Amino acid sequence: MTELKFINNNGRQDGPACCETSRQAKKAYGSLSPQSGVPGPEVNQAGWVVGSLMTEVGPVWKVSTCLALSDLWEHFKCRISAFRNSYLVIPGLYAVGTPDKNSDVLVSANYKLSFDALRKTLKGLDVWVLVLDTKGINVWCAAGKGTFGTEELLSRIATTRLDKVVDHRRIIVPQLGAPGISAHKVGKASGFRVNYGPVRAEDIRAYIAEGYHATKEMRTVDFPVIDRLVLTPMEINPAMKKYYPWYALAMLAFFGLQPGGILFREALLGSLPFLLFGLISVLAGAFITPVLLPFIPFRSFAVKGWLAGILSIIVVLKTTALLSLTNTFLLVFSYLFFPLASSYIALQFTGSTTFTGMSGVKKELKISIPLYIGGSLVSLVLLIVYKLGEWRII
Amino acid sequence: MKYLSDITSLKFFQERCTGCGMCVEVCPHEVFAISNRKASILDKDRCMECSACVTNCAFGALAVDKGVGCAAALINSLITGGEPSCDCSSGNTTCC
Repeated sequence: MTELKFINNNGRQDGPACCETSRQAKKAYGSLSPQSGVPGPEVNQAGWVVGSLMTEVGPVWKVSTCLALSDLWEHFKCRISAFRNSYLVIPGLYAVGTPDKNSDVLVSANYKLSFDALRKTLKGLDVWVLVLDTKGINVWCAAGKGTFGTEELLSRIATTRLDKVVDHRRIIVPQLGAPGISAHKVGKASGFRVNYGPVRAEDIRAYIAEGYHATKEMRTVDFPVIDRLVLTPMEINPAMKKYYPWYALAMLAFFGLQPGGILFREALLGSLPFLLFGLISVLAGAFITPVLLPFIPFRSFAVKGWLAGILSIIVVLKTTALLSLTNTFLLVFSYLFFPLASSYIALQFTGSTTFTGMSGVKKELKISIPLYIGGSLVSLVLLIVYKLGEWRII
Repeated sequence: MKYLSDITSLKFFQERCTGCGMCVEVCPHEVFAISNRKASILDKDRCMECSACVTNCAFGALAVDKGVGCAAALINSLITGGEPSCDCSSGNTTCC
């Protein structure tokens, strides 16, 4: 076997310094041809590519371990919008530092947010990063779906010719990839031994330094307030987009509807408190419940959401004189409908947590869906009765 | 934080366990421990049915109804009649 020659195509042995995206280096990789399973020239548009390494199987892109401002801006957009649905890294093999035939191989997902979380922790290390095609989904969710899975890992090892790039036969797979990866099957089929690394990328360095040993803390998933907080925009956002406009329209029409037609003034004045209650129930379910999750009593998310909803409505009704409702039907409607809406929205958060299982969510749905439907029907009747009273029909 | 108690579908067949410790390694919620060269369940209520242990048990000593613990996915499957899958990449759901 010929000896591997690792070269840096901008002529420097150590590559550009951290956070420096050398223009020279960028220009140079236009001439590289893509290798099978190795990301091709399209990657060179990316600011996080800082050079390339020549290996026996062809050039491999070298990635920066620093996040640029543009990366952080993109991460922010991932947290608040559908931008995250197409935030991808091209699957394949990448280099961090100047890895050689004995360097570790870290496996990651091709959701760029996940890839960035990994690369920013690798400063000063010389490692390979093998990015699987998870359709732009993070490691844990993709492992649950099976896209971060045994089959994809085996095919990616084959297409990148990893057995030629490294002499050893060990790969580090993030522990949260375990639902999709069968370590014993990977070992049997490829000869590569799967070592499960820590849950969090930030512990990789310590894990390697300790001789591939993860402490109990590194193996356990928690769900601290900051993690819950960053998820809330994507709870609020869909609720406001999917449900709220229809709800607002229905409320405006309902209060505006008079025997003589739809009156603008009535529509606005009558629906105003209810438009606000709608906002409050979204906030209670999609923000207050996730943030205060461990402090709200009971384990059921539907109950937690209902509690957050009813308390919020009580507080607003009692403290805001402008919104005082004198009509009993509208009052009962408010106490019935909005906490149920919060409960439903809070239940959606089960998809974002780190500890809810399918059997539990199924049980919650079995009990709560009939209550949501029943509650909505009673709410509708209350509104109709109010309207008939307003029109002096009853 | 724990979810509903007494609900997980996790099953452990101790007679098949070789005490290799793989389940202890991959479980993100410390459900298992090794004692007397066999795995044992420390706290079943911490299980979130992710199936990491099942997928990585080479001896078939574990079983679980694997699925997404995501209300949006389950409601979608109720409406469409399909398998519950959190279709995160389509941008239509709020999950993951």
